Amino acid sequence: MPLTILYFAWVRERIGAGEEEVQTPSSVRTVADLIDWLSRRGDGYRAAFEDLSRIRAAVDQQFVPFDAPIVGGGEVAFFPPVTGG
Amino acid sequence: MIAVSVQREPFSVDAALALLEALGGGAVASFVGLVRADDGVEQLALEHYPGMTEAALRRLAEEARDRWSLAGATIIHRVGPMHPGDRIVLVATCAPHRKDALESCAYLIDRLKTDAPFWKRETRGGEQSWVEARASDEEAAEKWN
Repeated sequence: MPLTILYFAWVRERIGAGEEEVQTPSSVRTVADLIDWLSRRGDGYRAAFEDLSRIRAAVDQQFVPFDAPIVGGGEVAFFPPVTGG
Repeated sequence: MIAVSVQREPFSVDAALALLEALGGGAVASFVGLVRADDGVEQLALEHYPGMTEAALRRLAEEARDRWSLAGATIIHRVGPMHPGDRIVLVATCAPHRKDALESCAYLIDRLKTDAPFWKRETRGGEQSWVEARASDEEAAEKWN
């Protein structure tokens, strides 16, 4: 299914892109599935997702747990724990 | 009144507080966060998630308004490069009395630290590094639940 994926902070640096459009296979149904699928795309992705305790996710701009479903046409973002304020 | 801004430009505390003071409450409380000069930090750069950040700040301000019956709440957060002593963030609230203004102001800055998608990168000695999230910030945010 078509997805827009955004990366921020060091996740973006490791992957080497801030945004990309991907077409995922039907087996990719959750955020966790998407991480597994992305991690097989290359060394940068593997490095970004090597320690999932340091990764947070949002679907359509809402924080979600890794077992959250993803839907076609949606926006998924991956980033480190936030450090504003 | 809810006012939320994510901006590159510096902001005026006086101007932001004047808007809250005009609401007719008896108390305005504010918190200003500054770039710390300690540890040899030369520059602090803030990145955010456009769209999600503004929505998250607005949601927090609305929660505070409803929980403490505020007359108004303002959040201004800068992004981009900053230097020691620069203002990063302003949180301010207006209520009939001081207790609600002070509590809601503390609530907003505690929750902002864990609920709004900002990331800090420090430059020291020409070397850049991403700031790690702190467990103490999580604990401060959770105590409001």
